[in-house]
Amino acid sequence: MPDEPKPTTPAAPPAAPAPPKAAPPKPPAVMAWTPLESELATELKRQFGDRVVEASSYVGQSFFVVKRDEVISIIEYLKVEANFDYLVDITAVDWPKRVERFDLIYIVYSFALNERIRIKTTIPDGFRPESAVRVHRTANWLEREVFDMFGIEFAGHPDLRRILLPEEWQGHPLRKEYPLLQQDQDWVQTNLDIERGQ
Amino acid sequence: MPETTFLDATELVLNMGPQHPSTHGVLRVVLKLDGEKVLGTDCVIGYLHRGLEKVAENRTWVQFNPYVDRLDYVAAVSNSLAYCLAVEKLLNVEAPPRAQAVRVILTELNRIGSHLLWLGTHALDIGAITPVFYCFREREESIKILEKYCGARLTTHAFRIGGLPAEPYDGFQKDVLAFCEMFLPKVDEYEELLTNNRIWIGRLQNVGVLTAGECKEYGVTGPMLRAAGVKWDIRKALPYSGYDKYDFEIPTRTNGDTYDRYLVRIQEMRQSARIARQAAESLPDGPIMAKVSKVVKPPVGEAYVSIEAPKGELGFYVVSDGSAQPYRVRVRPPSFVNLQALDRMVRGALIADVVAVIGTLDIVLGEVDR
Repeated sequence: MPDEPKPTTPAAPPAAPAPPKAAPPKPPAVMAWTPLESELATELKRQFGDRVVEASSYVGQSFFVVKRDEVISIIEYLKVEANFDYLVDITAVDWPKRVERFDLIYIVYSFALNERIRIKTTIPDGFRPESAVRVHRTANWLEREVFDMFGIEFAGHPDLRRILLPEEWQGHPLRKEYPLLQQDQDWVQTNLDIERGQ
Repeated sequence: MPETTFLDATELVLNMGPQHPSTHGVLRVVLKLDGEKVLGTDCVIGYLHRGLEKVAENRTWVQFNPYVDRLDYVAAVSNSLAYCLAVEKLLNVEAPPRAQAVRVILTELNRIGSHLLWLGTHALDIGAITPVFYCFREREESIKILEKYCGARLTTHAFRIGGLPAEPYDGFQKDVLAFCEMFLPKVDEYEELLTNNRIWIGRLQNVGVLTAGECKEYGVTGPMLRAAGVKWDIRKALPYSGYDKYDFEIPTRTNGDTYDRYLVRIQEMRQSARIARQAAESLPDGPIMAKVSKVVKPPVGEAYVSIEAPKGELGFYVVSDGSAQPYRVRVRPPSFVNLQALDRMVRGALIADVVAVIGTLDIVLGEVDR
């Protein structure tokens, strides 16, 4: 593959993120996912049936793809029955070209089993997934950040406000259509008294 | 913001920060008080938000490497290690043994530096002025080794995806061994100043208690979790970068209060020196870079890799779409998650305890706000 040294110059960043396939000579390599066979996978399949869509392992890391309405009950089941008592992280990935635009990722860890798994689901824009706060208190700030950055609203969250950006900020920066140089001109002018933001 | 509470004569809303010496940066805490008693808090964060996760999507994998040093700028080497490990996981390569050993040495020296900064400023917050001078004296020595290794002192950019930027300089091992030799008696000195100090104990004991259950509930990791009695350290639980080869202990305590966290971190500094010494003594020969092409293009996929940073679990969730630019880089910062427990720890305590608890959380706002 010809490795063209093509550094993205900081002076002129592209308006939109680089398209996934910028006509490379050959499509990018995809790493192989292997189906996961473990006690936990069998147990979850038995308990939740086809609501667990997929159980796979990828570079030695296990993840489960589940139906979006079942995420919280599966996380609760994992916490109560399977000892996955530490919610490591909640995050999202934006795939604007997909109908179900967002990946929602929950990472849970079990101190007793020394095992970490990811629970993944996909949601369309505007869907309000159930909040995980009633199961794990950590979820409070983590979900607030996902809301702040992606605009995903969690139903039943006790205090869903922006966390890193100011309350009045417009837009959600980690959505792919939010360009790198955009900032909220109105907010900057009212609050920082700067005529031009950049 | 609870504006209406002003109307209630017994309650007072007090704004602490963002410019306050004991908030360790730009943390703003809105305190709801009844006299000196804290009824509740509201953390206002984001003053240092630079949108690093967005920046990542507009840089290449290699270009983003120096940015991660700006997360926890007190322990930049740890950030770099976590990021490199995550991308290496995506590429399915491993750094060669020599690179791994040097990584361990630098990370542990940096952990010592981070803990020393914490100890000095924490003591300063409580009112003990002397320790900060002692701590900065030794921290300088650890920084000097980093400086001699890569030219930078704080935001070091010490590692590359696949290994190291350069061979360690001549006399690197000697410097590390000399530092470890010099450092251990100094820890006794700090302990002499503080451990049995009546004011120190009075201000810290039974302040900001978090039980093991609460720690798990709030996702609190690192020394705070270990002070509550959970013997859990990612270096042991899910070893990376060859940590399984070294002999060290996980210090734990049982009370989960501010004083126990102090003792745990003091012990951790000793253990870090022990690891660094072992690694320097048995530094293997060989290459310092794995086979990684100049333009890093990981295959389509995702990975989550975390390490034991000085503050707790620092994780990187990376998604690749097969191009030279990251599709998504998510940082799981320990400071951000630990800070969430502040409200639980200070509710019902006195206002002076808030200062002690913010100190014991060991937050770095660069990492909280990203």
